[in-house]
Amino acid sequence: MIKQHPEPLLWMLFSAGGVMSGMLMPALLFLFGVAFPLGWLTPPTYEHVRALLANPLIAVTLFGLVFLSLFHWAHRFRHTLYDGLQIKHLEEVIATLCYGGAIVGSAVAAYLLWQAR
Amino acid sequence: MPEMPLYTDYHPRWLRRRVSTYWWLGKRSYFAFVLREGSCMFVAWFVVYLLMLMRAVLQGEARYQQFLALSSRPWMLALNIVSFLFLVYHAVTFFDAAPRALVVHVGKTRVPGSFIGAGHYAAWLAVSAFMFWLVLGA
Repeated sequence: MIKQHPEPLLWMLFSAGGVMSGMLMPALLFLFGVAFPLGWLTPPTYEHVRALLANPLIAVTLFGLVFLSLFHWAHRFRHTLYDGLQIKHLEEVIATLCYGGAIVGSAVAAYLLWQAR
Repeated sequence: MPEMPLYTDYHPRWLRRRVSTYWWLGKRSYFAFVLREGSCMFVAWFVVYLLMLMRAVLQGEARYQQFLALSSRPWMLALNIVSFLFLVYHAVTFFDAAPRALVVHVGKTRVPGSFIGAGHYAAWLAVSAFMFWLVLGA
């Protein structure tokens, strides 16, 4: 029997998450984390943001962004701890916390977006 | 299942040189590598920040205004400015690696790496502009 390794799938999620977070996050964080707080731009009204969240296409995109980015983080962080800090004896605990965290975060996003419909 | 191989009780010790935990501080390129790997923490932070924003919007106008007030607190602003720089670094390192990771063929000719790299940057620009338009309103 051929044993199926999850590693290729995890690397695929890692790169998909890397591209998606690279494409979407800098602009979003620039707006909501830098430009609005500093008063460079006027933040959107509540009604506008609420309507954006209720849009199904935007909701699906946001869910994909959260899901893939969290798996990107989980995979990279796990390998950094393993190779960088050489914490090798805790491998299983670290993997469980990383991927478990990614699953929990995605579930929270799904719940919030479902509520926002 | 093949039988388990037999190991001798007196296996020689592996030759493994111990590497300091701080090996990445010695060289510029190693440090850049660790910063790049560390950028994933800011990716995760932005997800948390986004979930906070989504939750605030769901809870009504007052909570949304509270979120905007929280985002202008000095510590939050400082964290987000640092995060923004790391996210840009993350994006640049990822898009720069794309030509080496993606091998695309059109017919029998390979699409040059520079096209793939430029394509990623063009898409980044277009996507960012589109999001500005979405958030700020047409």
